[in-house]
Amino acid sequence: MSHRRSRVLPALLVMGFAFLYIPILSVIVYSFNNSRLVTVWGGFSTRWYGVLFADDRLLEGVWLSLRIAGVSATIAAVLGTLAGLVLARFGPFRGRTMLSGMVSAPLVMPEVITGLSLLLLFVAFAPLPFVPDERGFSTIVIAHVTLTMAYVAVIVQSRLSSLDESLEEAALDLGARPARVFVLITLPIIAPAIASGWLLAFTLSLDDLVITTFTAGPSTSTLPMMIFSKVRLGVTPEINALATLMITLVAIVVVATGVLIARNEKARQHDVQLAQSAGSVG
Amino acid sequence: MQISRLLLRRLGITGRGIVIAVPSVWLLLFFLVPFLIVLKISFAHTRLGVPPYTPLWEWTTEHALHLSLSAANYLFLARETLYLEAFLSSIKVALISTFFCLLLAYPMAYAIARADTRWRNTLLLMVVLPFWTSFLVRVYAWIGLLRNNGVINNLLTSLGLIHEPIVMMQTDFAMYIGIVYSYLPFMILPLYSNLEKHDNTLLEAAVNLGATPFKAFLQITVPLSLPGIIAGSMLVFIPAVGEFVIPRLLGGNETLMIGRVLWDEFFNNRNWPGASAVAMTLLLVLVLPIMIFQRYQAQDAGAGLHR
Repeated sequence: MSHRRSRVLPALLVMGFAFLYIPILSVIVYSFNNSRLVTVWGGFSTRWYGVLFADDRLLEGVWLSLRIAGVSATIAAVLGTLAGLVLARFGPFRGRTMLSGMVSAPLVMPEVITGLSLLLLFVAFAPLPFVPDERGFSTIVIAHVTLTMAYVAVIVQSRLSSLDESLEEAALDLGARPARVFVLITLPIIAPAIASGWLLAFTLSLDDLVITTFTAGPSTSTLPMMIFSKVRLGVTPEINALATLMITLVAIVVVATGVLIARNEKARQHDVQLAQSAGSVG
Repeated sequence: MQISRLLLRRLGITGRGIVIAVPSVWLLLFFLVPFLIVLKISFAHTRLGVPPYTPLWEWTTEHALHLSLSAANYLFLARETLYLEAFLSSIKVALISTFFCLLLAYPMAYAIARADTRWRNTLLLMVVLPFWTSFLVRVYAWIGLLRNNGVINNLLTSLGLIHEPIVMMQTDFAMYIGIVYSYLPFMILPLYSNLEKHDNTLLEAAVNLGATPFKAFLQITVPLSLPGIIAGSMLVFIPAVGEFVIPRLLGGNETLMIGRVLWDEFFNNRNWPGASAVAMTLLLVLVLPIMIFQRYQAQDAGAGLHR
């Protein structure tokens, strides 16, 4: 292509990335600011991290949010994988369109609608047995699973549909039972997709404010709910410190899994090539 | 073992059936049924008590079923101009945000799709990374930048460009920045996964036949990327219509957003039937965009997320 475009595109890309990253960088920089005034630079200091770790109420919220995220991401990974598998591999069946619609709708549904509808469900069913009559941990987990399993399903489904079915079909032809084929062949191939699905479900759960506020009982306060009520009162350096820790943790985990998945994928492609060349020689 | 398997099969319970049933039942119970309950409560009246709405049907003492449906909430929505204005203003905000997202995302997605294959995954990871970091933290970050004594105003003042701080917080400007910023990855990913598949030889042929590169881009690349444009636009537009957090934290009080109206109706006025009617109306407005989104394959949108 022309030389002009080859310089315009990278410039636009750099500007786009600047837009994406400058706000995040500013939060990190000001978390090390000694001054109480968030925007006046008063020298380097880690005092806000100290304040943060002395705030027991906030740490309690962090711990609650982490537990909710861990439980809901795990359930969402199982349900989402099943849904993705069904949509990608099971062919036509009655209710397929409905399932496919229910899987992708939560991705775009405004959170105020999902949150309100789940709360009204919990309230309407509260008199029934097996339904928690106190809203809190379990109702939040159910709500987060419903939202995040859609993301897992979409990731697993797109991974499965990019792989050809010949390996699985060969195993079935050789007489392996479907469950065995799934465990021995399909599962190892989609494991990276499930892992990133779990991770995404975990971070989405950790971050959710609107659906959580609807489905949490009056006495439950998760981390995002605490951040929201603090931010409404203004910017505080303590939140900057907390935000920096969250950003760093997420960046490390996401980059590490990204590198791991890329390496796995390269090894797998290498194996496939080897197998194919061996096949053509033989 | 063998007998029990035969029995299960006789009953129509197969492994395949169970695998289909588990996620289906979950979604039916926690995604579809709740909408029916919202629909039901939107026809009820408010009352003081727990729950704060009247039942639709009741067994009276004479063992007769007493049914009371009320369209009052919907009539109220239709009569009060506040709601209509909020709906129109939400749609306007979502449309403008979607447009600016597309304007920013297209060149970025195009540049990544054109980049050397060695760089593509890294660049994609850089797009996805902000999406992984807390949404609330990212909105919060803009408060620090846009405030009267925030980073931008301080910088401009110290450079001598301005003497009075520019008021940016609690304005439509801040709200648009927040929405475009938060939803940008949702636009880039489906666009990228579309643009990545394009065949370069088409463009080369057009240029060889005398088209300028820009004309070739407009007449070949843009039409071919239409499915990506539509999928990305729906991923931004639909949730943006009901957005609550960004208008609440960055926008001004005078900007009516339907998500905020619903929230206030529910949490501040404790008007559950009223909030339900707003939710049902919002759902009705969004049914068409959601169907368009589902047609343009949701999985394309998710494809980029796990890179």
